[in-house]
Amino acid sequence: MSQSFKTNQPIYAQIVGRLCRQLVRGELQAGDKLPSVRDMAVQSGVNPNTIQRVYAELERQEIAETRRGLGTFITESKSRLRQVREELKNEQIVNFIADMKDMGFGPDEIVEGVRKELANSKERGDY
Amino acid sequence: MSDHIVEFKNVIKKYPGQNAIDNVSFVLPRGKMIGLVGPNGSGKSTIIKLMAGLVHPTKGSVTVNGKTANRRIAGEVAYLSELDVLYPFFTAKETIGFNAGLFDDFDQEKALEIMSFMQLEPDKKAKNLSKGNRGRLKILLALSRQAPLILMDEPLAGLDPLVRDIIIKSLITYTNLDEQTVLMSTHEVAEAEPVLDMVVAVRDGQICGMDDVDNIRGKHGLSLMDWMKETMAK
Repeated sequence: MSQSFKTNQPIYAQIVGRLCRQLVRGELQAGDKLPSVRDMAVQSGVNPNTIQRVYAELERQEIAETRRGLGTFITESKSRLRQVREELKNEQIVNFIADMKDMGFGPDEIVEGVRKELANSKERGDY
Repeated sequence: MSDHIVEFKNVIKKYPGQNAIDNVSFVLPRGKMIGLVGPNGSGKSTIIKLMAGLVHPTKGSVTVNGKTANRRIAGEVAYLSELDVLYPFFTAKETIGFNAGLFDDFDQEKALEIMSFMQLEPDKKAKNLSKGNRGRLKILLALSRQAPLILMDEPLAGLDPLVRDIIIKSLITYTNLDEQTVLMSTHEVAEAEPVLDMVVAVRDGQICGMDDVDNIRGKHGLSLMDWMKETMAK
């Protein structure tokens, strides 16, 4: 299969998530045209109905817009894209904190740990 | 045109000594890829054959695209058998020509396109094809038809992972879900899952579960495999 999917989340939501990451990384940019539903389906190895749902979801979130007869495009709105970046960041942090809390780490320990690891990776030159 | 492509009403199918299908009623929506799952001997093939008009219900009725499923339903249904049904002496190309003669809705151009997509050799006789290539050729024959319902009985069974991948890709590429519905039985649940809209679970001749794949993952947080285990255990 071209891509693998986690089992506990709808596939369309995972593809939406992937596209958002590509946006944040700059692999997809404002105004870019997305592949046709069928091409995207073949690329991702999923059913075209799923891709239709992905595009509908991106539209609902105002990340993409469909222009009749032309296809689906990433929004031109830079402010919306900045927002997406912010949302993705917050989402990651919320998940991370929930995980840490689940294991019994307190806020100070978490902040301290993150700070330490960032310093380490800076030293190693990874970041 | 009704919303449903398939409707079973109180269907019973008895074989000598057993009820293969035991008072089953359900409808299937149009324009979806639907998986039919369940253990061996649960009645999947019988359900598919009832839709294809190859088996008659002992009681109850089966309609496909608004018509009673009987021997004359072949125009509405493209049926791929789990058995080896190719004439051994025909080449791939001759098999395509033969099927084009059998079915009015057979699209020969599309068949040739799929043949090159699947990298099938046109001039090799079916008897000299590997199992994987015979599997591909059978899929090709079903996908080249413009029938409103495509039925596939175990299209992935016994094939290697690369062939299964090509078959799944060709399903995505060559079915037209605006006009067609696909129903396939499979045990390769994990592989089929990304292309399925919904699944129907069968056990002991009865439907024991039916849901959208997105729902199964979203609401229940389960993979299709786990959902099956839960459904079958009930």
